[in-house]
Amino acid sequence: MKDIYAWAAIGLIVLASTTGDVLLSYSMKRVGDVGELWRRRGVLAIVGRMLATPTFVLGLMAMAVAFYSLLFGLSWGNLSLVVPASASLTFVATAVAARIFLHERVGRRRWIAALLVAGGVVLMAV
Amino acid sequence: MTFRKCLVLAGITVFSTAGDSLLARGMKDLGNVNVSLHNLSPLLLAILNPWVTAGIVLLLTFFACYMSALSWADLTYVLPATSLGYVLVALIAHFSFHEEISPTRWLGIALIAAGVGFVAAGPSVTLDRQHRNFQDASRDAVSQEVKS
Repeated sequence: MKDIYAWAAIGLIVLASTTGDVLLSYSMKRVGDVGELWRRRGVLAIVGRMLATPTFVLGLMAMAVAFYSLLFGLSWGNLSLVVPASASLTFVATAVAARIFLHERVGRRRWIAALLVAGGVVLMAV
Repeated sequence: MTFRKCLVLAGITVFSTAGDSLLARGMKDLGNVNVSLHNLSPLLLAILNPWVTAGIVLLLTFFACYMSALSWADLTYVLPATSLGYVLVALIAHFSFHEEISPTRWLGIALIAAGVGFVAAGPSVTLDRQHRNFQDASRDAVSQEVKS
Protein backbone atom coordinates (compact mmCIF):
# COMPACT_ATOMS: atom_id res chain seq x y z
CA MET A 1 0.00 0.00 0.00
CA LYS A 2 2.84 2.37 0.86
CA ASP A 3 4.33 1.60 -2.57
CA ILE A 4 1.24 3.01 -4.26
CA TYR A 5 1.54 6.19 -2.20
CA ALA A 6 5.25 6.46 -3.04
CA TRP A 7 4.61 6.05 -6.78
CA ALA A 8 1.70 8.51 -6.60
CA ALA A 9 4.09 11.00 -5.00
CA ILE A 10 6.69 10.28 -7.71
CA GLY A 11 4.07 10.89 -10.40
CA LEU A 12 3.09 14.18 -8.77
CA ILE A 13 6.74 15.28 -8.44
CA VAL A 14 7.39 14.54 -12.14
CA LEU A 15 4.21 16.31 -13.25
CA ALA A 16 4.74 19.36 -11.05
CA SER A 17 8.44 19.85 -11.73
CA THR A 18 7.99 19.37 -15.49
CA THR A 19 5.15 21.90 -15.48
CA GLY A 20 7.25 24.27 -13.40
CA ASP A 21 10.33 23.98 -15.62
CA VAL A 22 8.31 24.54 -18.79
CA LEU A 23 6.51 27.57 -17.31
CA LEU A 24 9.75 29.08 -15.98
CA SER A 25 11.55 28.55 -19.27
CA TYR A 26 8.64 30.08 -21.20
CA SER A 27 8.58 33.08 -18.83
CA MET A 28 12.32 33.73 -19.08
CA LYS A 29 12.13 33.69 -22.89
CA ARG A 30 9.49 36.41 -22.58
CA VAL A 31 11.54 38.41 -20.10
CA GLY A 32 14.43 38.38 -22.57
CA ASP A 33 18.19 37.94 -22.26
CA VAL A 34 18.91 38.69 -18.61
CA GLY A 35 22.54 39.73 -19.23
CA GLU A 36 21.45 42.33 -21.75
CA LEU A 37 18.63 43.60 -19.52
CA TRP A 38 21.06 43.91 -16.61
CA ARG A 39 23.43 46.13 -18.59
CA ARG A 40 20.64 48.31 -19.91
CA ARG A 41 18.21 48.60 -17.05
CA GLY A 42 19.72 47.15 -13.88
CA VAL A 43 18.86 44.16 -11.76
CA LEU A 44 15.62 45.57 -10.30
CA ALA A 45 14.12 45.80 -13.78
CA ILE A 46 14.77 42.07 -14.25
CA VAL A 47 13.10 41.13 -10.97
CA GLY A 48 10.18 43.42 -11.77
CA ARG A 49 9.73 41.91 -15.20
CA MET A 50 9.90 38.37 -13.85
CA LEU A 51 7.32 39.00 -11.14
CA ALA A 52 5.08 40.78 -13.65
CA THR A 53 5.02 37.64 -15.82
CA PRO A 54 2.06 35.54 -14.62
CA THR A 55 3.52 32.30 -15.97
CA PHE A 56 6.64 32.87 -13.82
CA VAL A 57 4.57 33.00 -10.65
CA LEU A 58 2.64 29.88 -11.75
CA GLY A 59 5.95 28.15 -12.44
CA LEU A 60 7.19 28.98 -8.93
CA MET A 61 3.99 27.54 -7.48
CA ALA A 62 4.43 24.34 -9.50
CA MET A 63 7.99 24.08 -8.18
CA ALA A 64 6.68 24.49 -4.63
CA VAL A 65 4.16 21.69 -5.24
CA ALA A 66 7.02 19.49 -6.53
CA PHE A 67 9.11 20.28 -3.44
CA TYR A 68 6.35 19.41 -0.98
CA SER A 69 5.44 16.25 -2.93
CA LEU A 70 9.08 15.24 -2.57
CA LEU A 71 8.92 15.78 1.21
CA PHE A 72 5.79 13.66 1.49
CA GLY A 73 7.08 11.09 -0.99
CA LEU A 74 10.17 10.67 1.17
CA SER A 75 8.00 9.91 4.19
CA TRP A 76 6.17 7.16 2.27
CA GLY A 77 8.95 5.64 0.21
CA ASN A 78 12.68 5.03 0.40
CA LEU A 79 15.11 7.80 -0.44
CA SER A 80 16.78 5.39 -2.89
CA LEU A 81 13.50 4.90 -4.78
CA VAL A 82 11.83 8.30 -4.72
CA VAL A 83 14.77 10.59 -5.59
CA PRO A 84 16.27 8.73 -8.60
CA ALA A 85 12.89 7.64 -9.97
CA SER A 86 11.46 11.16 -9.92
CA ALA A 87 14.69 12.79 -11.15
CA SER A 88 15.18 10.47 -14.11
CA LEU A 89 11.52 10.49 -15.17
CA THR A 90 11.56 14.30 -14.96
CA PHE A 91 14.45 14.47 -17.46
CA VAL A 92 12.53 12.45 -20.04
CA ALA A 93 9.18 14.15 -19.35
CA THR A 94 10.77 17.59 -19.66
CA ALA A 95 12.30 16.74 -23.03
CA VAL A 96 8.84 15.69 -24.30
CA ALA A 97 7.15 18.75 -22.80
CA ALA A 98 9.81 21.17 -24.12
CA ARG A 99 9.24 19.79 -27.61
CA ILE A 100 5.44 20.04 -27.41
CA PHE A 101 4.93 23.27 -25.46
CA LEU A 102 8.12 25.27 -26.00
CA HIS A 103 8.65 24.16 -29.64
CA GLU A 104 12.28 23.35 -28.92
CA ARG A 105 13.85 21.17 -31.57
CA VAL A 106 14.68 18.12 -29.54
CA GLY A 107 16.80 16.30 -32.09
CA ARG A 108 18.38 12.89 -31.84
CA ARG A 109 21.31 14.38 -29.93
CA ARG A 110 19.09 15.68 -27.14
CA TRP A 111 16.91 12.56 -26.94
CA ILE A 112 20.02 10.45 -26.48
CA ALA A 113 21.30 12.91 -23.90
CA ALA A 114 18.01 12.86 -21.94
CA LEU A 115 18.04 9.05 -21.85
CA LEU A 116 21.74 8.88 -20.93
CA VAL A 117 21.32 11.37 -18.10
CA ALA A 118 18.14 9.65 -16.86
CA GLY A 119 19.91 6.27 -16.88
CA GLY A 120 22.98 7.75 -15.22
CA VAL A 121 20.94 9.28 -12.41
CA VAL A 122 19.34 5.88 -11.71
CA LEU A 123 22.74 4.13 -11.65
CA MET A 124 24.21 6.77 -9.32
CA ALA A 125 21.54 5.97 -6.74
CA VAL A 126 21.75 2.15 -6.92
CA MET B 1 28.89 30.58 -26.09
CA THR B 2 30.70 33.34 -24.24
CA PHE B 3 32.82 32.90 -21.12
CA ARG B 4 30.15 34.57 -19.02
CA LYS B 5 27.50 32.07 -20.17
CA CYS B 6 29.81 29.18 -19.33
CA LEU B 7 30.20 30.65 -15.84
CA VAL B 8 26.42 30.81 -15.41
CA LEU B 9 26.07 27.14 -16.44
CA ALA B 10 28.88 26.17 -14.05
CA GLY B 11 27.13 28.19 -11.34
CA ILE B 12 23.98 26.07 -11.80
CA THR B 13 25.93 22.90 -11.10
CA VAL B 14 28.07 24.22 -8.25
CA PHE B 15 25.48 26.25 -6.33
CA SER B 16 22.73 23.60 -6.48
CA THR B 17 25.12 20.91 -5.28
CA ALA B 18 26.68 23.03 -2.52
CA GLY B 19 23.27 24.34 -1.43
CA ASP B 20 21.77 20.84 -1.20
CA SER B 21 24.78 19.57 0.75
CA LEU B 22 24.60 22.43 3.27
CA LEU B 23 20.84 21.92 3.69
CA ALA B 24 21.36 18.20 4.29
CA ARG B 25 24.11 18.98 6.82
CA GLY B 26 21.84 21.42 8.66
CA MET B 27 18.87 19.06 8.72
CA LYS B 28 21.12 16.43 10.31
CA ASP B 29 21.66 18.82 13.25
CA LEU B 30 17.93 19.00 13.78
CA GLY B 31 17.77 15.24 14.20
CA ASN B 32 14.77 13.11 13.50
CA VAL B 33 11.93 15.55 14.02
CA ASN B 34 8.33 14.80 13.29
CA VAL B 35 7.12 17.07 10.53
CA SER B 36 3.51 16.83 9.47
CA LEU B 37 0.91 19.17 8.08
CA HIS B 38 -0.23 19.93 11.63
CA ASN B 39 3.25 20.42 13.00
CA LEU B 40 5.24 22.64 10.67
CA SER B 41 7.09 24.60 13.37
CA PRO B 42 10.28 22.44 13.15
CA LEU B 43 10.57 23.42 9.47
CA LEU B 44 10.19 27.11 10.31
CA LEU B 45 12.74 26.88 13.14
CA ALA B 46 15.16 25.10 10.80
CA ILE B 47 15.86 28.43 9.09
CA LEU B 48 17.68 29.58 12.27
CA ASN B 49 20.32 26.89 11.79
CA PRO B 50 23.39 28.51 10.13
CA TRP B 51 23.96 25.54 7.79
CA VAL B 52 20.36 25.76 6.62
CA THR B 53 20.58 29.54 6.17
CA ALA B 54 23.77 29.20 4.11
CA GLY B 55 22.16 26.40 2.08
CA ILE B 56 19.12 28.54 1.31
CA VAL B 57 21.33 31.47 0.21
CA LEU B 58 23.26 29.18 -2.15
CA LEU B 59 20.04 27.68 -3.53
CA LEU B 60 18.73 31.19 -4.23
CA THR B 61 21.97 31.90 -6.10
CA PHE B 62 21.42 28.67 -8.03
CA PHE B 63 17.91 29.82 -8.92
CA ALA B 64 19.24 33.14 -10.22
CA CYS B 65 21.78 31.33 -12.42
CA TYR B 66 19.09 28.89 -13.62
CA MET B 67 16.68 31.67 -14.58
CA SER B 68 19.48 33.60 -16.27
CA ALA B 69 20.45 30.55 -18.35
CA LEU B 70 16.81 29.88 -19.29
CA SER B 71 16.57 33.45 -20.61
CA TRP B 72 19.07 32.68 -23.39
CA ALA B 73 19.11 28.90 -23.79
CA ASP B 74 16.68 26.02 -24.37
CA LEU B 75 15.27 24.17 -21.38
CA THR B 76 16.57 20.90 -22.85
CA TYR B 77 20.02 22.52 -23.07
CA VAL B 78 20.14 23.79 -19.48
CA LEU B 79 18.53 20.86 -17.69
CA PRO B 80 21.37 18.33 -18.15
CA ALA B 81 23.70 20.81 -16.40
CA THR B 82 21.69 20.33 -13.21
CA SER B 83 22.52 16.61 -13.20
CA LEU B 84 26.29 17.26 -13.26
CA GLY B 85 25.91 17.92 -9.53
CA TYR B 86 25.56 14.19 -8.86
CA VAL B 87 28.87 13.66 -10.61
CA LEU B 88 30.50 16.51 -8.71
CA VAL B 89 29.40 15.13 -5.32
CA ALA B 90 30.65 11.64 -6.16
CA LEU B 91 34.02 12.92 -7.39
CA ILE B 92 34.51 15.15 -4.33
CA ALA B 93 33.58 12.24 -2.05
CA HIS B 94 36.08 10.05 -3.87
CA PHE B 95 39.08 12.38 -4.14
CA SER B 96 38.69 14.46 -0.95
CA PHE B 97 37.13 11.97 1.44
CA HIS B 98 38.46 8.79 -0.20
CA GLU B 99 35.06 7.14 -0.36
CA GLU B 100 34.76 4.02 -2.47
CA ILE B 101 32.75 4.39 -5.69
CA SER B 102 31.14 1.19 -6.94
CA PRO B 103 31.43 0.21 -10.64
CA THR B 104 27.71 0.93 -11.16
CA ARG B 105 28.20 4.47 -9.87
CA TRP B 106 31.22 4.98 -12.14
CA LEU B 107 29.00 3.84 -15.02
CA GLY B 108 26.34 6.33 -13.88
CA ILE B 109 28.96 9.10 -13.80
CA ALA B 110 30.05 8.17 -17.32
CA LEU B 111 26.44 8.16 -18.64
CA ILE B 112 25.63 11.58 -17.12
CA ALA B 113 28.91 13.07 -18.38
CA ALA B 114 28.29 11.65 -21.86
CA GLY B 115 24.71 12.99 -21.88
CA VAL B 116 25.81 16.47 -20.84
CA GLY B 117 28.61 16.41 -23.40
CA PHE B 118 26.16 15.39 -26.14
CA VAL B 119 23.93 18.39 -25.44
CA ALA B 120 26.72 20.89 -24.80
CA ALA B 121 28.33 20.09 -28.16
CA GLY B 122 25.12 21.13 -29.95
CA PRO B 123 23.45 24.53 -30.32
CA SER B 124 22.10 26.21 -27.17
CA VAL B 125 18.99 27.65 -28.80
CA THR B 126 16.76 25.83 -31.30
CA LEU B 127 13.64 27.96 -31.18
CA ASP B 128 11.99 28.15 -34.60
CA ARG B 129 11.73 31.40 -36.50
CA GLN B 130 8.32 32.39 -35.16
CA HIS B 131 9.52 32.19 -31.55
CA ARG B 132 12.87 33.75 -32.28
CA ASN B 133 11.09 36.73 -33.80
CA PHE B 134 9.02 36.92 -30.68
CA GLN B 135 12.20 37.09 -28.65
CA ASP B 136 13.67 39.74 -30.93
CA ALA B 137 10.45 41.72 -30.64
CA SER B 138 10.71 41.77 -26.86
CA ARG B 139 14.37 42.80 -27.13
CA ASP B 140 13.44 45.63 -29.48
CA ALA B 141 10.84 46.73 -26.97
CA VAL B 142 13.58 46.97 -24.36
CA SER B 143 15.85 49.05 -26.55
CA GLN B 144 13.00 51.36 -27.44
CA GLU B 145 12.17 51.84 -23.79
CA VAL B 146 15.80 52.66 -23.15
CA LYS B 147 15.87 55.24 -25.93
CA SER B 148 12.71 56.98 -24.81
